[in-house]
Amino acid sequence: MVAIIGFALGVSQAALALLLAPGLVGLVRWLKARLQNRRGAPVWQPYWELAKLFRKEVVVSSNASWVFRAAPFIVFASTVAVALLVPILLVPLPFDGVGDLLVVVYLLLLGTFFLSLAGLDPGSAFGGMGASRAMTVAALAEPTVALAIFALALSAGSTNLGQIVARTMSGPAAVSPGHLLAFLALFIVTLAETGRLPIDNPATHLELTMIHEAMVLEYSGRYLALIEWAASLKLLIFFSLLSNLFVPWGVAAGLTAGALTLAVASLLVKLVILAAVVAVLETRIAKLRLFRVPELLSVSFVLALLAVTSSFLLR
Amino acid sequence: MRSLFALMLAGYALGAAAAVLRPGGRGGRGLVAAGAVLGGAAGLALALQVLLTGTPFVLEAPAVLSIADGLLFRIDRLGALFLGLVGFLAVPCGLYGAAYSEGYEGRASLRLLGALLNLFLLTMSLVPCAGNVLTFLFMWEGMSLTSYFLVLTETDEPETVLAGGWYLAMTHAGLALALAAFLLMATSSASTTFGDLRAAAPALSPSARNAVFLLALLGFGSKAGIMPLHVWLPRAHPAAPSHVSALMSGVMIKMGVYGLLRVGLDLLGGGPTWWGALLIGLGALSAVIGVLYALMEHDLKRLLAYHSVENIGIIFIGIGAGLMFQSFGLPALATLGMVAGLYHTINHACFKGLLFLGAGSVAHALGTRNMEEMGGLIKRMPRTALFFLVGACAISALPPLNGFASEWLVFQALLGGSAIPQPEVAVVMPLAVAMLALASGLAAACFVKAFGITFLAIPRSARAEQAHEAPRSMQAGMAMLAMACVALGLLPFAVVPILGSTLAGLGRVTPAAIELTRSLPLQVPGASGQMSPPLLALGLVVLLALLPLGLRLLGAERRGRVGDTWGCGRIGQTPRMEYTATAFAEPLRRVFAELYRPTRDLSIDFHPASKYFVQSIAYRSEIHPWIERLLYNWPLRGIRRAAVWVRRLQAGSLHLYLFYLTVAFLVLLTMARWWR
Repeated sequence: MVAIIGFALGVSQAALALLLAPGLVGLVRWLKARLQNRRGAPVWQPYWELAKLFRKEVVVSSNASWVFRAAPFIVFASTVAVALLVPILLVPLPFDGVGDLLVVVYLLLLGTFFLSLAGLDPGSAFGGMGASRAMTVAALAEPTVALAIFALALSAGSTNLGQIVARTMSGPAAVSPGHLLAFLALFIVTLAETGRLPIDNPATHLELTMIHEAMVLEYSGRYLALIEWAASLKLLIFFSLLSNLFVPWGVAAGLTAGALTLAVASLLVKLVILAAVVAVLETRIAKLRLFRVPELLSVSFVLALLAVTSSFLLR
Repeated sequence: MRSLFALMLAGYALGAAAAVLRPGGRGGRGLVAAGAVLGGAAGLALALQVLLTGTPFVLEAPAVLSIADGLLFRIDRLGALFLGLVGFLAVPCGLYGAAYSEGYEGRASLRLLGALLNLFLLTMSLVPCAGNVLTFLFMWEGMSLTSYFLVLTETDEPETVLAGGWYLAMTHAGLALALAAFLLMATSSASTTFGDLRAAAPALSPSARNAVFLLALLGFGSKAGIMPLHVWLPRAHPAAPSHVSALMSGVMIKMGVYGLLRVGLDLLGGGPTWWGALLIGLGALSAVIGVLYALMEHDLKRLLAYHSVENIGIIFIGIGAGLMFQSFGLPALATLGMVAGLYHTINHACFKGLLFLGAGSVAHALGTRNMEEMGGLIKRMPRTALFFLVGACAISALPPLNGFASEWLVFQALLGGSAIPQPEVAVVMPLAVAMLALASGLAAACFVKAFGITFLAIPRSARAEQAHEAPRSMQAGMAMLAMACVALGLLPFAVVPILGSTLAGLGRVTPAAIELTRSLPLQVPGASGQMSPPLLALGLVVLLALLPLGLRLLGAERRGRVGDTWGCGRIGQTPRMEYTATAFAEPLRRVFAELYRPTRDLSIDFHPASKYFVQSIAYRSEIHPWIERLLYNWPLRGIRRAAVWVRRLQAGSLHLYLFYLTVAFLVLLTMARWWR
């Protein structure tokens, strides 16, 4: 019985994330528009876009193979699988034994891998360009992610997400300078992995600047809808990792109605704060040239390295 | 066990004999393959029996070469693991070779190819079976020589001969160093059996132990292809026939790992912390630099060869972490590190074997290894493409395949370093974690390139357009390895305890600590991480199955049509508009320009009337590994100078040679007399 409840909770948590995700993207866009003195589309605009895309027919290039058709499904499934593994509302996580933080990182890499292959598949230069850049950024972000995991695992004694959250929740002593540095490092990685400014511009359609948009240029209809939905879910996953791994207060530890309400409320507050931060950042800074991106990523790498060594020494 | 051992020898002997007596033709090639498959299967069965029962198999022939203690075979669990690995890869590679070697009919000697292949497998199987120094070195040399001649199969290409030269020089330098390590150990030992060496090892002085370890590291490291001793690997592996490349990359370089484990862990019983740290450092360096050079390669097989350097690096990181933990007296973590290294050894054998066989099918169909001439092969060779994709995902450490399972274990072992309160560990472990992560991210980028450019989009040449699917037996070989990649990825909880048991009684690893979890979620002692590949795979499959259903429920449009790739309004798309392998790797080439130091050569021809009209542009860019030049140029110069000097001895006169012979013989006799 307990197992069934846990299963249901895990699934409904992921379902909630899936439902909230397009709204989060809409929120960032709306906040950005407001900051730029534009009226902006309503927050729920991405939902209409998804609905419209689902109703449109798919056009597939004659050069493309089954990889192109399978990639949207693999990307979506792997992202949803990640959503099942990360702490969004409550701990202990029902699927904690299935995968830890390393599994999360490599599942996301699985999606990027197939999306890049799909970018190459139709044989256009745009797709190849996007695939090449996306894999470059993903590869260079990887060491930072691993070190941030190391820093978290050092203080929690485990790479399992539930345990990390539980450890940080157990007291303010668990928050250290290492935590702060790891947070900053992971924040930069979040910008890189989710294709936000200054690494990638989600609003651009200029071939010289785009990464994600170039890679998915050939997609249309339900395939594009799946990819866009997965991308927004990825943003939500990174945001909830940032908030719940480092600032877990509010995450429900028990199954009472009050705790769950508090968890939902605190999740929404954290998402809004992070969305506001990203919106302000995207208004204030310009996109980096592609060959300046490694510099930013090495900054995040150094931050993560300092996080680990300080966690080591301050234990 | 005795009969299985005999069957293994008989199988390989049969294959070799068949090749000599009846080379070529469908039947002849089939017999050669049958010998390899039979020998491999028998070896695998023998290895499994030793692994599962734990009773070592011993066979003595003291009368053979009795002056050096005779031949002695003793298969313990560690040896059985590597023997099993040879057998495990011999079966698919043998099958694959049956059809693949058809391409050599009339081009190369099939008699030599078949006989050498079986002898190579035979001697390689016997390396981990050796119970004394003579047997070990004898088999080691047999393995090296047969593989050298196999590399030379395509002698019509000058590059091959050069590659063979590099290989021969490096492997013999390695042999000399390994021999020195054994001799140093044997000085205080009663005999040269491994048992006596092990008993005598504690009596060695610390500096002698360090010397033995360093000699073994250099000697076996050159076979394993660890940086900077890897120079022969990207040259020799692509030159060999593809099933031989698969065996060389999949198992032969692992014999270097075996040698290092046998000497460093078993005979010496582990050592000070810096041994492990050195292995981790070399491993991390190999992993990152190996994959960085792989990214710049457009020769499909050479790209794979550089990835072998990367993966050997990952294996060394695991084993190094194990040795390091052992020196701190942490048996559980030491076991974890070693098991991670051994697991990656097996996994790498599977996916690298698979990828080499896949690359071989492509080369077989196209007659080129240059990726820039490929493309669109997924439609012409759908099965090969699928198998190659499985291998590419596995080597990129994507869950739930086997590469991920072992890299996860290596990560967990390194994270376990937090148990050691030492500042130097606080520096080494995080850097190793970062390098490992960078290597795996870059490997994923590299295999997007390798698979995407080779198999996807439009064919870039007429040869790629007319490509054909590989014959059945080649497909069968690849299918076996692809299934192994999936199985090893899903069943780590079944494999890990067996790997743990191979370490029982080696070094100071106590058997009690080897009880790694046998439950479904992989849980590791010391470093508490948890994951369950079967459940993960199940989850992904369920989600993938539910998705189309969900789409139907959402009322998504199901129609679709096929159109042209969008070309900015231009009609008609040619392969020249596609992204190339060079272009794909360009961002990373710029990021790591300091390491690559590419040479560029740009010449533009302007129209005589105006310099705004360009008539032609020639662009050439090449990357020469400058580290190799730095390290190998001065010894090569020295050798060349010495060779000029030695040449004076060669006067061409028979009398002079007779004189040399007599003098050498007399000197040897006097020396032997003295030694007594």
